[in-house]
Amino acid sequence: MIDFRLDSDYEDLRKTVEDFARSEVAPVIGEYYEHERFPYDLVAQMGRMGLFGLPFPESYGGMGGDYFALCVALEELARVDSSVAITLEAGVSLGAMPIYRFGTDEQRRQWLPRLCSGEMLGAFGLTEPGGGSDAGATVTSATARDGEWVINGSKAFITNSGTDITGFVTVTAVTGTKAGGGKEISTIIVPSGTPGFTVDAKYSKVGWNCSDTHGLAFSDVRVPEENLLGTRGKGYNQFLSILDEGRIAIAAIGVGLAQGCVDECLRYVAEREAFGHKIGDFQAIQFKVADMESRTHTARLAYYAAASKMLRGEPFKREAAIAKLTSSNAAMDNAREATQIFGGYGFMNEFPVGRFYRDAKILEVGEGTSEVQRMLIARDLGL
Amino acid sequence: MTNIVVLVKQVPDTYSERKLTETDHTLDRESADAVLDEINERAVEEALKIKEAGEGEVTVLCVGPDRATDAIRKALSMGADKAVHVSDEALHGSDLVATSRVIAAAIGKLDSVDLVIAGNEASDGRGGAVPAVVAELLGLPQLTHAHHLAVEGSTVKVDRETADEGITHLEANLPALVSVTEKINEPRYPSFKGIMAAKKKPVETYTVADLGIDAGEVGLTNAWSAVQSASPKPPRQAGERVEDDGEGGTKIAEYLVGQKLV
Ligand SMILES: Cc1cc2nc3c(=O)[nH]c(=O)nc-3n(C[C@H](O)[C@H](O)[C@H](O)COP(=O)(O)OP(=O)(O)OC[C@H]3O[C@@H](n4cnc5c(N)ncnc54)[C@H](O)[C@@H]3O)c2cc1C
Repeated sequence: MIDFRLDSDYEDLRKTVEDFARSEVAPVIGEYYEHERFPYDLVAQMGRMGLFGLPFPESYGGMGGDYFALCVALEELARVDSSVAITLEAGVSLGAMPIYRFGTDEQRRQWLPRLCSGEMLGAFGLTEPGGGSDAGATVTSATARDGEWVINGSKAFITNSGTDITGFVTVTAVTGTKAGGGKEISTIIVPSGTPGFTVDAKYSKVGWNCSDTHGLAFSDVRVPEENLLGTRGKGYNQFLSILDEGRIAIAAIGVGLAQGCVDECLRYVAEREAFGHKIGDFQAIQFKVADMESRTHTARLAYYAAASKMLRGEPFKREAAIAKLTSSNAAMDNAREATQIFGGYGFMNEFPVGRFYRDAKILEVGEGTSEVQRMLIARDLGL
Repeated sequence: MTNIVVLVKQVPDTYSERKLTETDHTLDRESADAVLDEINERAVEEALKIKEAGEGEVTVLCVGPDRATDAIRKALSMGADKAVHVSDEALHGSDLVATSRVIAAAIGKLDSVDLVIAGNEASDGRGGAVPAVVAELLGLPQLTHAHHLAVEGSTVKVDRETADEGITHLEANLPALVSVTEKINEPRYPSFKGIMAAKKKPVETYTVADLGIDAGEVGLTNAWSAVQSASPKPPRQAGERVEDDGEGGTKIAEYLVGQKLV
């Protein structure tokens, strides 16, 4: 029979990150969130703990772990705060992973050690103001000229693209026309500070308020030809595979948020009284908490299953989509119920459940909307 | 090359509810999550800093039941090199004198120990005497309650801080024993690399007999003191509320004077 317990390495990592999240993140994150500030010191600590290097080999400065280790860490962080979790997720899975998967040895040596240590963040720019779900509709262009790429266009909603420690953004761009007439899409590394590359002011967001998100503009931005990441024309396939993995990581964040709702409610219902009883004595409240726990458990099994297929090297597209869909639903439902259980206090920013409520929504959108997940599942079923 | 031994203890997590068993009033280890005591994390951190600044080897020494291996593994995953675990049914309920004798005997088994580092007091028993007793038994200088520690050649210097005496500067020749307070440092979190490496590090396990100690000298029945009864801490009373009707400041001052706080 399959054993669903974590191996001791993962369990020890989980405990370490749990301890970090409750001792270091929980006491300070409300303040960062309120002022929409990026938590540089927490990111630096996470860097020293090796969290940004989890799935990468030691030869590039990584921890020699795997993608599941990253997911376990993300779940524990998101139990306390999603902004910190998404900063890690995007840093590893969207920033560093494309370099590791598709980069030359030279590109890996140039970027990975600093990404793994958390001293530098990389970003991944796929979404454009005109569309995200239909990524093939990319209009940003890159033209090869005199040994350089000349890039023009814009990107929207790019995580980690404008921090003081952002080193580069990897952008997808149209580099030509394929034999059949379709767009040839490639991926190019654009270092921060390259002339013509501007990072817009940060967005005012509903949630993820200590995560860094910007629109980007490219006006005759020139980078050397060697900044092409992987094979020319393979950009579309590259980001599809990056996003498949990323969905498991986002699912882990959703599970963490859903679990955080259970944690907070268990504490609250044992203290809060109404009509002469602890509210946890009321069956209506107990059932809400029981449903929250069930959703969390189911979603966790879904992402474990997807990750286990991925690590075995089997196709996992369908399972990753199911995990993300299940988990983002669980996160949304739990956040709604948790804020309800907290009554008026649930609407106050000083309680974490209010933050969870605001942070849950994006999970149904980022790295593929829930509709896109359903499209992927249906397509995989042959529909 | 400094050989450092760090004394570590597994304690119930202060985040969980801690109680004593009904039967013999010893710690109910099943009722709470067990963790490496935070003060010991700081002791390990201090040892690692000394090792990283020069050369050395850090051995963690733990007296505790089998499941204390988790606490030992945590110390190893932070970067300690090896461990000694004294585990024996006979030790159940040992008082701090017996425990100290076991610790001293285990340290005696190790080659050329230069420095022993302990926490000043565990967060469960809070006797706060083990470091001093161990130092006495081993004939080592004891530099307790250190909030700063430096090894320079063959001497160790510490700043000792206590509520009564303020700060005293102490110095001793190695080998010596130092106990540290929670102000000494901020312990690191283990990295995943450290976690994976910890499993491959050597852990030597001893029974009390291996240390040449008779089982009749340790354990609950041989303790010098016994817990007769225990009751949970009474719930915290609601605080006294002072309404400011213009006299607020005076009332607060009177209250503080009444409590002998000012
Ligand atoms: C905080 C934040 C951070 C982000 N970080 C990044 C990042 O780092 N990098 C990056 O590249 N992108 C990032 N994104 C962008 C995100 O991935 C996109 O917003 C998402 O993929 C949806 O794209 P869109 O916003 O263009 O919506 P659209 O694609 O315009 O979709 C609008 C609606 O139509 C639905 N829809 C679209 N097509 C179909 C269809 N065929 N059938 C049924 N329904 C459909 C969608 O599900 C959605 O409900 C981020 C977004 C946010 C908000």
